[in-house]
Amino acid sequence: MKRWRDRLFRLTATALAGTLLAFLVLPVLALFVTSGPEAWWAGLRHPITLPALLLSLFTTAISLALIVLLGTPLAWWLGRSRTPAAGLVESLVQLPIVIPPAVAGLALLLAFGRLGMFGPLLERTGLALSFSTAAVVLAQVFVAAPFYVQAAAAAFGALDDDLLIVARTLGASRARILFRVALPLARRSLVAGAALAWARALGEFGATLMFAGNLEGRTQTLPLAVYTALESDLRAAQALAVVLVIVALVLLVLLRRGPR
Amino acid sequence: MRHVLALVLTLWPLTTRAEDLTVFAAASLREPFEELGLALEKSTPGLIVRFNFAGSQELRAQIEHGAQADVFASADRKHMAALEKLSLVAGPRIFARNQPVVVVPKGNPASVRAFADLPKARRLVIGAPEVPIGAYTLQILDKAGADFKARVLARVASKELNVRQVLAKVTLGEADAGIVYRTDARSARDKVETVDIPAEQNVVAEYPIAVLRAATQVKAAQAFVDLVLSAEGQKRLAAAGFTAPGT
Repeated sequence: MKRWRDRLFRLTATALAGTLLAFLVLPVLALFVTSGPEAWWAGLRHPITLPALLLSLFTTAISLALIVLLGTPLAWWLGRSRTPAAGLVESLVQLPIVIPPAVAGLALLLAFGRLGMFGPLLERTGLALSFSTAAVVLAQVFVAAPFYVQAAAAAFGALDDDLLIVARTLGASRARILFRVALPLARRSLVAGAALAWARALGEFGATLMFAGNLEGRTQTLPLAVYTALESDLRAAQALAVVLVIVALVLLVLLRRGPR
Repeated sequence: MRHVLALVLTLWPLTTRAEDLTVFAAASLREPFEELGLALEKSTPGLIVRFNFAGSQELRAQIEHGAQADVFASADRKHMAALEKLSLVAGPRIFARNQPVVVVPKGNPASVRAFADLPKARRLVIGAPEVPIGAYTLQILDKAGADFKARVLARVASKELNVRQVLAKVTLGEADAGIVYRTDARSARDKVETVDIPAEQNVVAEYPIAVLRAATQVKAAQAFVDLVLSAEGQKRLAAAGFTAPGT
């Protein structure tokens, strides 16, 4: 009787999980099966593909580096602090996830655009940000950083306090504790968070279009190229999307595999 | 954006009653068409007119994929012709014309006072060649000569995917100038100034309208098309910046 119930439970769980998995995978699969290798090859050779692909790889690499560099200390404070302020700040950090990307782009323009809050200041120092490759990076950091900070803060918060205290009483410096104890213990979550943030940055579209515009070689990333192609040729857009999916898949697998 | 449209398309039958008139119209027609829809509702008791405003190419794709609509008004003869070829529409008629113009932010920071001043703009925003306004922009620049075209294109900071985004970047002051339709310039006249393009260098966008062959509200659909072509319809379109088809 008990074995029967266990089997039923497992069957139900598998069916539920399988339903979601199929729902998530099937549309992406449809991109592949409704086209063929020659279409993907054509997509790869489409004149807008290569500049867009290179720009996407270049900008997301910088964005990810910035996110990890600036996000790790913030996540540490959020994860380890017990003050009420940390809870409030954690909510603030998550706001970019809720804001629709196009609105995020508008917000970036209103802050750093030509007529934005800091626009005149930036213009005087010669740092016209909007419609530049730097704007692409800023848009990506804005929308993607919360995913990394969130994961990293949760991982730092789950660290065993005793281990850190023991390391401290054994005379380890703060930096040594961070690099030799905390980071190795949280490594898996940090990598997962970084992968998620990178994926979000790679797929970023709305904020980029608004804040950085759409110009080949300078601000036209792969998602913008896909959307541009969509206006004229559905098949070309599909082939470009397949390129995007393959690149993302390869890099995500590598990223998760790397530091185990 | 496209996902939203797909969702709207899926839910369309749920929100539309059989006796509603459904009009698919190019985004630039929003203001005058909404007024004309209200006018038709007033003169036809019980009728409800529903609009789906989007880019002509998106509306065409929706109709090709079986979206239920009664009237289609396109900003471009190309998309109407494609539907006519598939026998999805009958007898389209040109009901309005629209012309590209240069818009600059209020105050005109880069002193673009004539079309020939366009290379003065430090930052120029135009439509991508894949969308109608971008294609028209290239045609206009081609007429102006290779040298002028190269100097203008060197100033382009972004190629937007629809005309409203070109307009948005000019109204925000992010671009010193942009090329949009006269109707767009009219709709934002408190934020932008308009600079005409000389007629001999300009192009004309023609807007066709037709009743769909699969229309369920044939009588109401024809009434709407007649209203658009009537003196009243033409008056409203003129107020929005369109020119009449005969001129």
